[in-house]
Amino acid sequence: MSETDVAIHGHGALMEESPYAIPSRKLTMWLFIISDAVTFGAFLFAYGYIRFAAANWPRPFETGSVINVIVMTFVLITSSLTMLGAVDSAKAGDKPKAMRFLYSTMVLGALFAALHIREWFELFGRQITISSGLFGQTFFSITGLHLLHVISGVIALFVIATKYSRDTLTPGHVETVGLYWHFVDLVWMFVVPLVYLTNIAH
Amino acid sequence: MSAASASGNVIRKYLPVYFLLLAIFLVEVFLSFQHFSIGKLVFVLLLLAFFSASLGLMYFMHLAEERRALFLTLIPAAIFVLLMMNMIWGDSVRLLHMKPFAQ
Repeated sequence: MSETDVAIHGHGALMEESPYAIPSRKLTMWLFIISDAVTFGAFLFAYGYIRFAAANWPRPFETGSVINVIVMTFVLITSSLTMLGAVDSAKAGDKPKAMRFLYSTMVLGALFAALHIREWFELFGRQITISSGLFGQTFFSITGLHLLHVISGVIALFVIATKYSRDTLTPGHVETVGLYWHFVDLVWMFVVPLVYLTNIAH
Repeated sequence: MSAASASGNVIRKYLPVYFLLLAIFLVEVFLSFQHFSIGKLVFVLLLLAFFSASLGLMYFMHLAEERRALFLTLIPAAIFVLLMMNMIWGDSVRLLHMKPFAQ
């Protein structure tokens, strides 16, 4: 390729096509998701190690906590469905509908975070904090890391939605943030059984 | 097909996956109230969690619709790293029974 061609078409013309046939931002998000999955994996394995090595592990979750977790899970899985609607509407060029779905996802994410914090305060009221032994340390570390992801996700959704509504960003950006949101949902599917459901008071 | 009807279809398309994920979660809750040993309970719950996560990965995250090269690049590497983390379990059981270190 001549220098003139590079000047006209840019360096992109010199690059090979992606073997995955996806934009680089989407591949980057996938790589982030895999590395983040390994981070959560390390946290959950560390929790499992301590949980199995402890002869007397506390089981603090009563029926009220379980109902709260059921509602939280319902909210998070539903938010994944609204995110699917947002991505699909954005791709189909239906911006008002995409925005409605994006705002629904944000509201559901914020509701999940509020329920999560409510659960934490309920535990604080029973003197279970991050400094109250191995259970507190592992529980608040894992759920705190997940909550941080949810809050970051809501902020990211807000930024993407705002810029998408102003035509600064494209449906591709909505799809990329959607991948992150589904990942947050996926991680919760492991956090709930390991951290909550194996610690129900019988 | 209009844009509006296209975006309505995707919800209908993925509703079975959504209900399946909710159903699996409710089965997990039901099982956690049964009096299984902790090892058996964790094994069953993890199995169901892996199934739920696979559904989310393949359908909600559309990995099933991407090129196979993406799946083969991401998933085996992640599984390998996660499997390598399992080397700690023997030590965890040793701590429980307070057995001495291997000679």
